[in-house]
Amino acid sequence: MTNTHRTPTGGTVDRSKTISFTFNGKSYQGHAGDTLASALLANGVHLVGRSFKYHRPRGILSAGSEEPNALIQLERGAHTEPNLRATQIEIYEGLTASSQNAWPSVEFDVGAVNNLFSKIFVAGFYYKTFMHPQSMWMRVYEPIIRRAAGLGKSPQEADPDIYDKMHAHCEVLVVGAGPAGLAAALEAARGGARVILADEQPRFGGSLLGSRGETIDGMPALEWVAKAEAELRSHPEVTLLPRTTVTGYFDHNYLVMAERRTDHLPRGSKPGVSRQRLWKVRAAQVVLATGSHERPLVFADNDRPGVMLAGAARTYVNQFGVLPGRRVVVFTNNDSAYQAALDLHDSGAAVPAIIDLRKSVDGPLARKARAQGIRIITNSAISEVEGGKKVRGVQVQALAADGETVTGPAESIACDLIAMSGGWNPAVHLFSQSMGKLRYDEALAAFVPNLSVQAERSAGACKGSFALPACLAEGAEAGRAALAAAGLDAAEPARVPTAEALEEQPLRPLWIVPGKKPVGQKGKHFVDYQNDVTAADVLLASREGYQSVEHLKRYTTTGMGTDQGKTSNVNALAILAKSLASPIPQVGTTTFRPPYTPLTYGTIAGRDVGELADVARVTPIHAWHVEQGAVFEDVGQWKRPWYFPRGAETMEEAVRRECRAVRTSVGVLDASTLGKIDIQGPDAATFLNRMYTNAWLKLDIGRCRYGVMCKEDGMIMDDGVTTRLGPNHFIMTTTTGNAAKVLDWLEEYLQTEWPELKVYLTSVTEQWSTASIAGPKAREVVAALAPDLDLSAEAFPFMSMKEAVVAGVPARIFRISFTGELSYEINVPSHQALHVWREMMRVGARYDITPYGTETMHVLRAEKGYIIVGQETDGTVTPFDLGMDWIVSKQKKDFVGKRSYARPGAVDDGRKQLVGLLPEDPAFVLQEGAQIVEDADNRTPIPMLGHVTSSYYSETLGRSFALALIKNGTNRLDQAVYAPLDGGRIVKCTVTKPVFFDPEGVRLHG
Amino acid sequence: MLLINCPWCGPRDETEFSYGGEAHRVRPADPSALTDEQWADFLFMRTNPKGAHKERWVHSHGCRRWFNVERHTVTHQILNVYPPASAPQPVQDIEAANGDAAPASSQKGARS
Amino acid sequence: MANALPRAGAVARFAPAVTALASSAGLVLAEMVPPGQVNLRGNPSDPRFLRAAGSVLNCLLPVGANTVQSTDDITVLWLGPDEWLILTAPGGETELIERLRAALGDVHAAVTDVSGNRARLRLSGPEARMVLAKGCGLDLHPQRFKAGQCAQTTMARVGIILHQLDDRPTYDILVRRSFAEYTWMWLKDAMAEYGGTIAAG
Repeated sequence: MTNTHRTPTGGTVDRSKTISFTFNGKSYQGHAGDTLASALLANGVHLVGRSFKYHRPRGILSAGSEEPNALIQLERGAHTEPNLRATQIEIYEGLTASSQNAWPSVEFDVGAVNNLFSKIFVAGFYYKTFMHPQSMWMRVYEPIIRRAAGLGKSPQEADPDIYDKMHAHCEVLVVGAGPAGLAAALEAARGGARVILADEQPRFGGSLLGSRGETIDGMPALEWVAKAEAELRSHPEVTLLPRTTVTGYFDHNYLVMAERRTDHLPRGSKPGVSRQRLWKVRAAQVVLATGSHERPLVFADNDRPGVMLAGAARTYVNQFGVLPGRRVVVFTNNDSAYQAALDLHDSGAAVPAIIDLRKSVDGPLARKARAQGIRIITNSAISEVEGGKKVRGVQVQALAADGETVTGPAESIACDLIAMSGGWNPAVHLFSQSMGKLRYDEALAAFVPNLSVQAERSAGACKGSFALPACLAEGAEAGRAALAAAGLDAAEPARVPTAEALEEQPLRPLWIVPGKKPVGQKGKHFVDYQNDVTAADVLLASREGYQSVEHLKRYTTTGMGTDQGKTSNVNALAILAKSLASPIPQVGTTTFRPPYTPLTYGTIAGRDVGELADVARVTPIHAWHVEQGAVFEDVGQWKRPWYFPRGAETMEEAVRRECRAVRTSVGVLDASTLGKIDIQGPDAATFLNRMYTNAWLKLDIGRCRYGVMCKEDGMIMDDGVTTRLGPNHFIMTTTTGNAAKVLDWLEEYLQTEWPELKVYLTSVTEQWSTASIAGPKAREVVAALAPDLDLSAEAFPFMSMKEAVVAGVPARIFRISFTGELSYEINVPSHQALHVWREMMRVGARYDITPYGTETMHVLRAEKGYIIVGQETDGTVTPFDLGMDWIVSKQKKDFVGKRSYARPGAVDDGRKQLVGLLPEDPAFVLQEGAQIVEDADNRTPIPMLGHVTSSYYSETLGRSFALALIKNGTNRLDQAVYAPLDGGRIVKCTVTKPVFFDPEGVRLHG
Repeated sequence: MLLINCPWCGPRDETEFSYGGEAHRVRPADPSALTDEQWADFLFMRTNPKGAHKERWVHSHGCRRWFNVERHTVTHQILNVYPPASAPQPVQDIEAANGDAAPASSQKGARS
Repeated sequence: MANALPRAGAVARFAPAVTALASSAGLVLAEMVPPGQVNLRGNPSDPRFLRAAGSVLNCLLPVGANTVQSTDDITVLWLGPDEWLILTAPGGETELIERLRAALGDVHAAVTDVSGNRARLRLSGPEARMVLAKGCGLDLHPQRFKAGQCAQTTMARVGIILHQLDDRPTYDILVRRSFAEYTWMWLKDAMAEYGGTIAAG
């Protein structure tokens, strides 16, 4: 027997298409157009989950994304996904879903024992119960809590689906395709605007989908919706996006939307198409038509399966043709639930009573209900719910005069559904995210938009206008206003769709509905279903001194979780306000943050996964490195060869071999990643003179000079070699990581401080590919490559540059060195660099030319005491700290950073200085970052002297060595210091000068 | 994400730009003439208004020009964008800007 | 010193560089043979600069934001208020640089060979706009960004110069060589759902 609760006719599901699915291991059938929730209700299934803390049986509360209870684990294996709302899952053939948070089954859940111990789960129970002893926390408490209280399970396999992103621009973004949104989109589209209309539901229509008997422009509402959609589709500049939730509203009308592209189809049926897409929209104008959420009434045991929001019950019967109950008690404080009662009654359900908290009712809706013979019990409340896993009936009692208690005899009414309404909250989430300010509307007992900050306007229910004519009028008006604000003229007068609505009577806010016993004693008045927060918890928090709604949220967890309190927030803060005897606006709301509904990690990541996860930069020589089996190191975004293992070599063996080759024969490094800036103009030398610490005016053409660039605070920011190519022409190199930063920095000074200087900068980092040939045999290799070039030390001395043709390619050759060896850096245009490199390897073979990677480069330069910016420096290091007094001009009146060297802090005793360290054990390599202390006595607190900046094993020295920044380091030469390491070991080291190899520089001048 | 109207390239997403701190701080012409306190003030002290704030941005991924933005620090609304007075001003009319510099033959061969 | 050695494409590991796209109907991606590229900087309000540049380039300097001027031999892209990128035939940059420098004389300007700086990827086809929109925040609507326009912007977090060539639409994506392989892989992936292909060499 399936679809026991399906009405014979009605609704928009396609009854000709039957879909089979499995829930908790049992097979069911539904129809195309069903959600999992509607299909389960059609089969009489209400019990769909267990609650978070108390494991109370829970049913379906709502029919939309605000659902706090019916959280589902969808599918199995790699496709499984937790915490999906059954009210939003569109069923497809073969769908498999299960309840969460229940073991062994949702019918019999062991965890429900928590309900018996609910006294320990009161507000702040984490903090109160699991505080002491601390040692118990990680081992005992945390695993228990994780197992007992939790939501779904994350998948254990890699996600097989793809996700992507799309940028979009429009004049008018309309959020929500209900009556207001459609009316707005129509007006904007008719004016020729680029319009995007997004709605989280699979079909447009919004609240109209769940309505009955409404007419717009004289036709049935859904016919009007279809007509509106067809018209919108006919405008080429309109983009219609159903199944698309606008989840974030950011600065300058930048909105983020999540589109579910294939979730409604069987898994894997659209290969190559992204499952979900994140849209990033820049909208000139936004119309928010996001509707509203119905509030539950807070009465005792208001969480029993079979307690449902009245609007949801109406949606199930009208949109899906499903009777969520056959005998329905309606419980309300306002008129809207009367419509649910009428529709359910009309579809064949018995409505034994409408229980109304209001003292009397006599509006048109109440009169219609009475005319249908429906009994209305005013000034009364449900004081008890009968039934555990399913509602069986209610006890109704009259309210006392103040509404604080119930009095008199209880009447028992049998029912299988309680359709409740506590009023409606405009969905102000996106408005609030846009930084708009809210106002509390006493008549609606709800927050509504007040002051806008961004270019948006609200229309319809999200603005507090619930009646259909008002929704349509405000929508059309907002669409038109958006059009005008976007600078477009409407071609024709506004066409406001017409509709009629019955007048509604004021509601009666009664934030806690009294039960048979005082709140907290018997029965639970749930405020936040998902987090199992009750009215008693809120009152307790208030008694304990919590006055801020933000603190209340964190203490009780109300408003957290996947639903972010869409149904609970206003009830919680109203109860807090009542308890504090403060007006509601004074208590205020919690901050609405993105996302509006949960996003998958896949959607956030998009295509930034696998090989596309991050930008990878490669040099023109990369293909050769790959051929040679190089192991790569990430340096910023660059992939640089780290070392080139031969055969089964370890990294250590490879690096030793590479170091040996450079020191005894010749090696070559791909140095293409260095930043290069071409500097031209009559004031180029003057400019360099101001930016670098040393002197540049008299550098000869064809000569190179090392420079250090500091910030105004005197701290080193970059270094590199700059060469004069002509009277007004220089080429500067920067470190690999700082290339872009240095260019911005130089441009900042040129453009904002010294615009009178005639200097142009052009980045040529990638114009030139650089091979750095180093070692005693370097000259022979270069001679073989450029036979016409005079390489004698006289003709081509250290720190000079020559232009030559190398392997047929015009090149710049710089005789500079970062290894301490005789060294030439050959620069050729990138598009011919691989050819030159292969030639170089061919002619160099005779000298056993050895490619080396960044690790060997690091070892060799550290042996010479050459610094690496970012390794020996960290933004707190001056040239003086590094013993580089020689690089700072005494003659220049001014340069960037100079003034700071006269500040007391720059010359204080006790600054850290660069020194060398030799560990007592020559085989032991210190960890970089190791702290250095004065003595071996390991008692805390130990004053820190500094830290190790670079540390390696040196093949050349036959031992380990390190560079370190140490307080008063230059005064500690030959003294012992200590490095206390992880695990208790203390390593004794001797302080040395930071140059370990060829201090006279004989080799590089050779 | 802010939408910043580059004075030269037009409106672009914030990710194309880099932030350069408070605008209109002028580097002292002769830093050596300043006291330590005055120099420290130049180096480290910045206004931090709640409201309109003039700051420097550079269009790093675009024209690489530095310019000034007046931004409301609470709402992030951009109240004004203006280039430094010394910067080349944006041009609208190509023909006029090229003036008599345009070679006569250009009209024949050129296509845009 | 012109040299006749062939120029390696930046994505040669994946596909050969081509000289032209076949005018097929579908969505297609290719790397173009690296063109000669010259970076020009100068002050457009200095008539001497404009006259010198115009006399060599034989076209108006595109001084309007995000615009391009082309002749049969060269394409000049606006990069900023005092910066242009000139594209010419492979190898043609050497002579162009010499002529520009000679014409400019002592006018304050900078002429720099950047032929190796960027790769030129070409994406063409009805869905090209959608492919770009997956990674580029620029408004590419035909009314906002047209053939003959260019922009320095980012795509998939990579700095690019985007140049629309025609209404098909066809775009040139000029990307620094080190980013070319990543950009290529990203574009290939983004094209997949539209059945895009790689141009044969």
